[in-house]
Amino acid sequence: MDDKNNKPIPLTESEAAEIRAAASHYPDPSAASIEALKIVQKHRRWVSDNNLQAVAELLGLSAAELDGIATFYNLIYRKPVGEKVIHYCDSVSCWMLGAERIREHISKRLGIGLGETTADGRFTLLPIVCLGACDRAPAMMIGDELYGDLDEASVDAILTREDRHG
Amino acid sequence: MDKPLTRNIKPDLAPVTLAEYRRSGGYEGLKKAVTAMAPAEAVATVKEANLRGRGGAGFPTGVKWSLVPQAAGQKYVVVNADEMEPGTFKDRLLMEGDPHQLIEGIAIAAYAIGADTAYIFLRGEYTLAARRLEQALQEARDASLLGRNILGAEFHLDIHLHTSAGRYICGEETALLNSLEGKRANPRTKPPYPQTSGLWGRPTVVNNVETVCNVPHILREGADWYRGLSRSQDAGTKLFGVSGRVKKPGLWELPMGTPIRELIEDCAGGMQEGYTLRGFLPGGASTDFLLPEHLDLAMDFDSLQRAGSRLGTGTMIVLDDATCPVRIVLNLERFFTQESCGWCTPCRDGLPWVVEILEGILAGRGRPEDLDRLEKLAWLMGPGHTFCALAPGAAEPLQSALKYFREDFERYLPVSPALSLRGEEHRVPLLEGERRAAGG
Amino acid sequence: MAKITLDGQVYDVDAGENLLKTCLSLGLDLPYFCWHPALGSVGACRQCAVVQYKDASDSKGRLVMACMTPVTDGLRAELEAPEAREFRASVIEFLMTSHPHDCPVCEEGGECHLQDMTVMTGHTVRHYRGRKRTHRNQYLGPFLNHEMNRCIACYRCVRYYRDYAGGQDLDVFAIRNDVYFGRFEDGVLENEFSGNLAEVCPTGVFTDKTFSAHYVRKWDLRYAPSVCAHCAVGCNTSPGERLGVLRRIINRYHGEVNGYFLCDRGRFGYGFVNGEERIRQPSLRGEPVSIEAAVAHLAGLASGRTIGIGSPRASLEANFALRALVGAENFYAGLSRAEAELVAAILDVLRRWPIRLPTVREVERADAVLVLGEDATSTAPRLALALRQAVRNQALELAQELKIPGWLDAAVREAAQGAKSPLFLASPAATRLDEVAEAVYRGAPEDIARLGFAVAHCLSPEAPGVPDLAGEDARLAETIAAALASARRPLIVSGTGCQSLEIIQAAANVALALAKRNPERSAPADAPDQSPPSAGLTETMKPVDLCYLVPECNTLGLALMDGRSVGDVFAAVQEGAADTVVVLENDLYRRADAVAVDHFLGQVKHLAVIEHTFNATAEQAELLLPSGTFAETEGTLVSLEGRAQRFYSVMPPAGEARDNWRWPAA
Repeated sequence: MDDKNNKPIPLTESEAAEIRAAASHYPDPSAASIEALKIVQKHRRWVSDNNLQAVAELLGLSAAELDGIATFYNLIYRKPVGEKVIHYCDSVSCWMLGAERIREHISKRLGIGLGETTADGRFTLLPIVCLGACDRAPAMMIGDELYGDLDEASVDAILTREDRHG
Repeated sequence: MDKPLTRNIKPDLAPVTLAEYRRSGGYEGLKKAVTAMAPAEAVATVKEANLRGRGGAGFPTGVKWSLVPQAAGQKYVVVNADEMEPGTFKDRLLMEGDPHQLIEGIAIAAYAIGADTAYIFLRGEYTLAARRLEQALQEARDASLLGRNILGAEFHLDIHLHTSAGRYICGEETALLNSLEGKRANPRTKPPYPQTSGLWGRPTVVNNVETVCNVPHILREGADWYRGLSRSQDAGTKLFGVSGRVKKPGLWELPMGTPIRELIEDCAGGMQEGYTLRGFLPGGASTDFLLPEHLDLAMDFDSLQRAGSRLGTGTMIVLDDATCPVRIVLNLERFFTQESCGWCTPCRDGLPWVVEILEGILAGRGRPEDLDRLEKLAWLMGPGHTFCALAPGAAEPLQSALKYFREDFERYLPVSPALSLRGEEHRVPLLEGERRAAGG
Repeated sequence: MAKITLDGQVYDVDAGENLLKTCLSLGLDLPYFCWHPALGSVGACRQCAVVQYKDASDSKGRLVMACMTPVTDGLRAELEAPEAREFRASVIEFLMTSHPHDCPVCEEGGECHLQDMTVMTGHTVRHYRGRKRTHRNQYLGPFLNHEMNRCIACYRCVRYYRDYAGGQDLDVFAIRNDVYFGRFEDGVLENEFSGNLAEVCPTGVFTDKTFSAHYVRKWDLRYAPSVCAHCAVGCNTSPGERLGVLRRIINRYHGEVNGYFLCDRGRFGYGFVNGEERIRQPSLRGEPVSIEAAVAHLAGLASGRTIGIGSPRASLEANFALRALVGAENFYAGLSRAEAELVAAILDVLRRWPIRLPTVREVERADAVLVLGEDATSTAPRLALALRQAVRNQALELAQELKIPGWLDAAVREAAQGAKSPLFLASPAATRLDEVAEAVYRGAPEDIARLGFAVAHCLSPEAPGVPDLAGEDARLAETIAAALASARRPLIVSGTGCQSLEIIQAAANVALALAKRNPERSAPADAPDQSPPSAGLTETMKPVDLCYLVPECNTLGLALMDGRSVGDVFAAVQEGAADTVVVLENDLYRRADAVAVDHFLGQVKHLAVIEHTFNATAEQAELLLPSGTFAETEGTLVSLEGRAQRFYSVMPPAGEARDNWRWPAA
């Protein structure tokens, strides 16, 4: 990702190719703005100013316009996040069934508050709105994986497993 | 009892493959439409079936389709798969469990309105649904069920999966269109409605996942059959869900018009031991609370409307006697505050005020006039007062909680302001369930 | 027409407008924020609520936003319904929940739309007890302050800057009550019309930073109606003065010229009025003299063989006074040789060809535009902003087909997406309007002229063709011709920018070819060739809109008085026609090369210069007579659309300076 001078490349050729492919699904390439930012995130976890400017240029948007879009959506990270983002659901059904307790447990176990990243850069903890798993409340996502029917013990097991893998 | 929407869905929720789907009569509805029906006939059939939108508003789907101008030109079908209403978990099952049902429904809708491109707007967190939809779309393309001259007819269609990046407001159909265009998801002015000016300004039909999933069955089995599935004047079956402190939270396909009691007591097994029912939000976070006295109401659009609430998404959230109604309202209003797009004033600046008052009440800083203020705020955020339906939706649980659970708000109010001035703490009387939980 | 009933009173109004605009036009008070007469309606602020009734039997009515409600015959609404009043006061209260109570130190105070609307709705007692949300501010360059805490999120700034003016570096970020209006990062706002943000913003988020440097309250300023002196568009302005210092310039609405907006040069380019380079004292051979002595010396000089050199940046009156002093035969316009030729050619076309000069407002209505050899953003910025609006006519037409009223701004943009009316740009270098052009042609002036002639030929075979035009260019000419021919309100823009007579001629040929083409314009069957048409011909053709951009605020007015250049002056002096020259606000070094000017000044025995700011010519004057700037004098300027506009002095000239016309008139 970095060139010889250790200067970060704002967009690799493969990222650009992925973005162009996504843009081909729409009559206007700027419609791929969100997808493009997600592609950058897939490779780099978050979108830096440099990345954002490069994507904007590729899609024919101004940096201001693209950042206006990026900062609208909560799954676009404009600040660094850990390797895995823990999204715990704080919406009504999960809240009723102990989401706050689960959140406190995660915080205690990982030593991070909301919006914080563990010292080893492994996990970032963020709240998320209803994950559509209300019948399995409380629920959370780690990366792409959804976990339901959480209690302290299952959270421990999940975090251990997630910490070990990938 | 016929359960067309979920009959293929496997107990282990593994996705139905194309072969399996076809074996159970899949794509027959599409075949019938494109080989034996003119587009207008397909629209008429859906109209006759009296299918109403399953995303919350209940607009008649056939009517929506018929509002698309017939003139040739680029048109779009967009599926609203941005399921994010708290307490709602129905579309996920349909997309993960039987993706071809959705694809077939989209194809019929596209044929009916004359679209050759469709998008599924899927919320970003539904990663499993995304994988399964992509796979099913590829299967359909490989089997020439998508592409050019589908099933030998003069009908071409491709479907793209668009995954979003969060924000509840994207579920508002015109905000969804802006988001799909890669913009900020502010809702659009209506009129014009998407049917005349939608995606990239072109005529567009936006339908909810569950709505579209009904369509193949209507085409295959006919409008009469579909209407006959129901127990009320609203046709068909519906996915109904229950979450909260019930014994078996879950999701069931039941005839439209099934009484609420059957849903909570039979399907969900009633309340968990030690908890009693205080009320429920019948159709997701943006519907008005109802009480145990409403348990015998039929779950359909008109019955719930008459009772002062809405069917919404048909997935209900149950309030038990150990959960403080004020706190549940605070949770809901925080959600709506956070998800306000920031476009119109009553929503952007009214919702934070609601949260501020509720937090103040719970922190013992409440004042008697706060409840009147909350009522006024609910009025200010009411239908027609805001740019879209987000804030009116937020007002529904608030205004109904104030109506039905007023004593629960009042119990937090200091008896006298002087008390707090003297530094004495106001002792909040406990709820029945809270007392039990505290062992008292 | 529509008959509507508001608060029980019946009014006859235009149908199809929005109810807010109609109410305001009727003089009814209705508060609003997001609506702006030039930006249309978006329904965001929810401030202009009224109660509308379905029919005569409806006694309940429903709350609607006036800005989003089309006026139709029979409409009945109440502005004063208690429900509407309460809602409007509450919306203000919402907006004020996070607004700082800093009016006493806010530069918007006293001319703040938010203050006015707050008072209008009667919101006086704050009920919100929570904390206010706060923002960080950005550095936006030398022109504008940024104070985001005052923001009420009406979205006007981005709608103006991005949607109307085409700026790309100001946008809205984040969501909910955290929305932020600013740049991607700190930095100078790039758009050449950024200053209008100070007026578009209904409160004190964007304020004039140049004004901050010598701020006084609005009511302590003295204003006079003025006209911008920085280019030939003739934008109407209101300069504000206090204690002999020009403090700022704001827009003065003129429906046919600048409307609501000025360019940054016009708004912020006033520093020279207060500048160190001002000439404040009459002087004779470098020594200060009294006004009386100076007047007497000028009279003495003018009694001999004297030539007067006028100025395209001085008023008609000042030029006339000088001409009266030296006699018409000795008065020279004082343009450069090239300018004089170009302007003469333009005047000839204007006088005799079947063209009409559109107003800036009419430029906005054009539905196909050809710009030949001009960078309007540099030479006539406000007109460039109008061209940007012209490009939107296609979108407005598309919207109309969908029955979307043109004032329903967001709906029009969403429905029409990027639809643009054709704008064709031919210029030697890149211009800011390239981004909205259908096609851009880059070439040397002679190539641009050839393209223009080819377009004319495509439109009318009688127009001389262009042999051996490259295939690509020929196709472009055909495209342009087709677009102009099918347009209802085609417009050609050209001017002196390329210093090319051929371009001016080519633009005229395109206009004539267009005029001949339209059968409704009934050109005679035996229309003559492309030589200037006869008077009879022009009478039978409907003139085509042609806009010639000229360099200075009174170039056209001066050219109407005299057409002779500084070159002609040099020749006259060379021939010994005069030994004394009086120069009116004209730096000769900008009209001819330095060697020629030096040679000329060497031949002149007596040089008198009337000028407000030092320059190379003034420094060589035997008699230097200080004059007032546009802010300190009055007079008439003729704009590029041929509009004579009077400007007035907002303050007396600095020091011993006098009105420029007063020196020769004395």
